[in-house]
Amino acid sequence: MKRYLGIAAAAVLLGAGPALADGQLHIYNWGDYTNPALLEKFTAETGIEVTLDDYDSNETMLAKVRAGNSGYDVVVPTDYIVKVMIDDGLLAETRPDQMANFKNVEPLWADPPFDPGRHYSVPWQWGTTAFAVDTAIYSGDINTWAILFDPPDELKGKINMQPSQDEVFNAALRYMGKPLCNSNPEDLKAMYDMLVNAKQYWRTMDYGMIDTMVAGDTAASHGWNGAAMRTRLQRPTVQYAYPKEGFPVWMDNVVVLADAPNMENAKILQNFLMDPENAALISDYAKYANAIAGSGAFMPPEFAEAPEIKMPEWAEPLGEFTLVCDQSVVERYSQLWTNLLK
Amino acid sequence: MASVAASAPERRRRRFDLRKQPGFGFMAALCLLVLYAPIMVLIAYSFNETRSVSQWQGFSLDWYVKAFANKEIQEAAWNSLQIALVATVIATVCATMAALATTRTRPWRGMTTSYMVVNLPLMVPEIVTAIATLIFFALLYAALGISFGIGNLMIAHAVFCVPFAYLPIRARLEDMDRTLEQAAADLYATPWQTFRRVTLPLMMPGVTAGATLAFVVSFDDFTITLMLAGPGQTTLPIYIWTSLRRGISPEINAMSSILLVISVILVTASFLLGRRRK
Amino acid sequence: MTALTLGEVERRRLSEAEARVDQAKRSSAARQQRTRWTLVAPALIVVGLFGIGPLLIMLLYSFLEPGTYGGVRWEFSTDAYVQFLFERDLFDETKLLFTDSYLLIVGRSILLAFVTTIICLILGYPTAYFMATRPASQRNFWVFLITLPFWTNLLIRTYAMFVILRDDGIINNALLNMGLISSPIPIMFTDYAITIGLLYAFLPLMVLPLYASLEKLDFRLVEAGFDLYASRGSVLRRIIVPLSKPGIVAGCILVFIPAIGAYVTPTLMGGGKQLMIGNLIALQFQGARNWPFGAALALILMLVVLIALLFYTRNATRQQAALHG
Repeated sequence: MKRYLGIAAAAVLLGAGPALADGQLHIYNWGDYTNPALLEKFTAETGIEVTLDDYDSNETMLAKVRAGNSGYDVVVPTDYIVKVMIDDGLLAETRPDQMANFKNVEPLWADPPFDPGRHYSVPWQWGTTAFAVDTAIYSGDINTWAILFDPPDELKGKINMQPSQDEVFNAALRYMGKPLCNSNPEDLKAMYDMLVNAKQYWRTMDYGMIDTMVAGDTAASHGWNGAAMRTRLQRPTVQYAYPKEGFPVWMDNVVVLADAPNMENAKILQNFLMDPENAALISDYAKYANAIAGSGAFMPPEFAEAPEIKMPEWAEPLGEFTLVCDQSVVERYSQLWTNLLK
Repeated sequence: MASVAASAPERRRRRFDLRKQPGFGFMAALCLLVLYAPIMVLIAYSFNETRSVSQWQGFSLDWYVKAFANKEIQEAAWNSLQIALVATVIATVCATMAALATTRTRPWRGMTTSYMVVNLPLMVPEIVTAIATLIFFALLYAALGISFGIGNLMIAHAVFCVPFAYLPIRARLEDMDRTLEQAAADLYATPWQTFRRVTLPLMMPGVTAGATLAFVVSFDDFTITLMLAGPGQTTLPIYIWTSLRRGISPEINAMSSILLVISVILVTASFLLGRRRK
Repeated sequence: MTALTLGEVERRRLSEAEARVDQAKRSSAARQQRTRWTLVAPALIVVGLFGIGPLLIMLLYSFLEPGTYGGVRWEFSTDAYVQFLFERDLFDETKLLFTDSYLLIVGRSILLAFVTTIICLILGYPTAYFMATRPASQRNFWVFLITLPFWTNLLIRTYAMFVILRDDGIINNALLNMGLISSPIPIMFTDYAITIGLLYAFLPLMVLPLYASLEKLDFRLVEAGFDLYASRGSVLRRIIVPLSKPGIVAGCILVFIPAIGAYVTPTLMGGGKQLMIGNLIALQFQGARNWPFGAALALILMLVVLIALLFYTRNATRQQAALHG
């Protein structure tokens, strides 16, 4: 009896390794970002069993993928990380641009700077990062970064910033009209001083903005447009801003890992995601726009017309992708960030 | 009068409880209040009608329905339980043996080193352990092809649970006097018999405390688990943490309440079983 | 003829007997030593292999250069350690200025951990004592009562605290309704909130070892104290507390050390505007993408804690030698 227990125990420990059976697919995505209905539809149409695991940041995902043998087939990195992964040879060149559904990808997103010609990635969702303001507390013009860095009296002490050196510094540099990926010491010193002064008006630094704005802990919050929409649905006076100094546009993309155990199934998924009806399912869950033409037909009209999704025309040229900065710039940014938060 | 008939020591005992310390009962009550207040809130809001965790808007069992239907949460909870149980067993066994070897004895060569090694995982910040262990297991696989699947997680958990189990056991052992064990030896008991029938039962509160701590620590861990978990190995803390950026869902509150109820049932059952055996 | 006198025979037999006793003692000591090593072996293997192995990797990494977007480049460099005390001047790349940023952060974390430990002790000791002095049949129930909250995930409980402490939360609303205050007291996102959060997370780590220790307290000693006309306070101070010292030490170690590296709870409760050493290290593996520096910080932190722990063990070893010699 004891011998069998021992063997059984060993079997439990050893037997739970990555299953390489056909008909499986392992997805690794941001938390709370994948519509279960989408996965069910995929399984129903293709018979492939899907597992879904969550990560909280690009860096976590990257660390795991770099270590190798992660067991995942498909991950969903943000735009500039796609470029890093391509350069590091971590991705499989699946040529989505040659797949059947590629024709559905909107021309604006079909040839992005981080993956020219779409040889590796398929669009998942895209959005903007700016901030939301509770207009019941402050009703003036909100379309400027000054709200966060030089706030009006009503908002002082009630502001939330994202705890990301890239996001905060980029916003600050845009506000001051300075170039991004800045290595000019004068510019950096000026930016740092400005931020040190602005810090006293901030209350929290957190990615999560929905709960705190709805509860009234904060009245203005740096964040993503989809989160702003979800906040507005619970607190109707919340409005999303489009800062006139410029704001980041980002896109999360679906890529296949070079060491994916289920390569063919992953490619089937990539093609599946470029179908308009499926893309609508993606957007419906986290409330961000997708890049597939024709998906609008499958989504409720309030979504397509929502101010967080449909940018006002004057704002359209102001959004731009984030660039990968030089290592030396990153180091200096890190140093300043630590000093800012010490 | 009846009290006159009572003996003098009895009378003294009735008026003077030598164990009582003033204010300690109050502190214990305060402690319990602090511990349970958020739990009560959690349970209350799991019945909240809307998604919000701050405004109460009406009673509803919706979230429990959703929690039961949400396969991801269930799988995550089950993973957490499995890992915690295995890790606790490994850690407690290792810790008990180590405590026996390093306590109540004359210092022996290697005792301080053993003590340091056993407590080492306590001292390393979790994120560092997380990344380092990730790389370690990756190297192990790359060089030797060895991977234990979910066993990787169980081993990693066991490692950082060992000091949490060790310290309460050690604290308990240090207090035990040896007269009972010496008496057993005088009665011709073998060392193993002495251990099994005298030392171990006396140590039990320490072992239980250690095992409980280890379980809780493992169940709650997410930094290390986040890094090491592979496909299908998401645990409850990871699921919760990664979905927090989009706001807390009352489903999570509902699932937590369910877990709470299950644990109450489990412990009550083991308690009753223990009583019956006596 | 070698005639041995009676005395000589006796002496020889005596010395043979002594030799055998000596040998028996030595082999029993050797056996004891072997038993000890066998006992401690599983812990050493589990922690040694899977705990120290990864640490050595980190040690190695701290002497390398950071790779782009995480990871490391295989070039030797002590930059990570230098960075702890010096930073490059913004305007002149070659100048190194002394910086107190990291020391400040380490200091803040240590102070916070210290305060948390003290408060946990103050709240936890009476509770553990109370639990230990309940009738034996009730004690398990109390242990259960204390640990039950910890079956719920810490993150969720922390968020539940938001509901209680925030501006629009239970406490503020109650105070407002009772008319005691006219506008909400900001409790959330302050240092007090951090302390409450840490206290909440670490309380069982203090209570359980204390309880394990106090439960075995021999109350005859307490009775002896009372017989000698000591007051309750004296009995507490001079008999109970010293006797429960192992539990106190275990509890303090279990709270203080993890509390130094804690960052999730302080970030959630404190709003994330100030860095703890735990945040700082985590940051190096995330947004700051400087793994060698993260590794170096962790090792420096560990060194500090190791020295403190070493100091304690040496002390304890000396005491034990005196007791069990």
